[in-house]
Amino acid sequence: MSSTSSTNLKDLILNGIVKENTIFKLALSLCPSIAVTNSLKNGIYMGIAVLFVQVMVNLTISLMRNIIHPKVRLPIFMLVISGWVTVTQLMMAAFVPDVYAKVGLYIALIVAFASILARAEMFASKNSIIPSMADGLGMGIGFLFALTTISFFRELVGKGSLTVPTGLSTQHVFTFINTKPLLIMILPAGGFLAVGILMALFNWINARYAAKSAHASH
Amino acid sequence: MNSEFTKLLEIIISASLINNFVFTRFLGLCIFFGVSKKMETAVGMSITFTAVMMVSAALSWVVFTQILVPLDITFLEIIVFIGIIAGLVQVSDTIMRKVSPGLYYKLGIYLALISTNCIILAVPLINAGEKYSFIQSLAFGLGSGLGFGLALVIMASIREKLELADVPAPFKGLPMAFVITGLIALAFTGFSGLITL
Repeated sequence: MSSTSSTNLKDLILNGIVKENTIFKLALSLCPSIAVTNSLKNGIYMGIAVLFVQVMVNLTISLMRNIIHPKVRLPIFMLVISGWVTVTQLMMAAFVPDVYAKVGLYIALIVAFASILARAEMFASKNSIIPSMADGLGMGIGFLFALTTISFFRELVGKGSLTVPTGLSTQHVFTFINTKPLLIMILPAGGFLAVGILMALFNWINARYAAKSAHASH
Repeated sequence: MNSEFTKLLEIIISASLINNFVFTRFLGLCIFFGVSKKMETAVGMSITFTAVMMVSAALSWVVFTQILVPLDITFLEIIVFIGIIAGLVQVSDTIMRKVSPGLYYKLGIYLALISTNCIILAVPLINAGEKYSFIQSLAFGLGSGLGFGLALVIMASIREKLELADVPAPFKGLPMAFVITGLIALAFTGFSGLITL
């Protein structure tokens, strides 16, 4: 990660989405992946909030990297993160109050995300602005992708139908199960089950892929 | 006095069982999955956690009601609370190392982990949101700590047995832990009608 000047920006972004996907690969910042994913709308807004915070934190830390004394870097990182989280919180309370009423607590808790602090520490504090933002963008999109997948799956099976956010309102898209949806999937317990099953699915696909490429190379 | 006491009891039961942080509020999951592999670490974590939780609940209550509310800057609560917690963890780390090295050797590692735990930040935030009194905040901190400890101990005891179980390959490790947590969470929904607040 030290030879950054030559590193491809695309690789940086892809790294966060696939190789180091926060939820499915690193199993970090799991709380919101279950708490807010009972509907697609909440999942997407939460993902966007994290994406925004991650990019802005990386940008800020990268700008300040030469003037932060290494001994006090962690408290300063925390201050920067909580500052941006407060900005996000106030913006969401103003623009999407109905979503904020449901996910507000979890927005505030973005502060305690290990993944955001880790990226600031491992990447943004050592790299210049553009790669740092690309890295933040990749990690953020990876997170958004994971939340969207989980909430898509849960809403589809749990409610039997799907609604997507269009602008500030939501629109009903289609009905999947007409009679009796599996209510458990939108209940708290279903969140754990959904993440467990999706993680297993990712593992399975990875194992298949690895086996295939190993087979091909022989 | 009597009704005040029942209210406290209600807060403790509600925080530890009905609204258990792990199973119904989904907080502290990283730590939950991280330290629930062995019973010994689970117990150590629970003890450290409950103690830090109560002190931080008390401290942030004082700061919130005595400084933030009078000055009308409650929107700064996140920044202030995270500062209090980081400071508290650092201070207790130093004190413990000086006063009781034996205890530090046993529990010190959990202290460092605690500052990245979201429950520790959620408790002051919920206390502030619900406008709990000082004693009620303490009770909420205690209840949350107990609830988290209970969750850790249940999970650790299951995972120790799980080591020997024959789990399908893709489910090995974390995915299986998630499925089990889901099942425990399902059982915990049974507490939902226990008391009416």
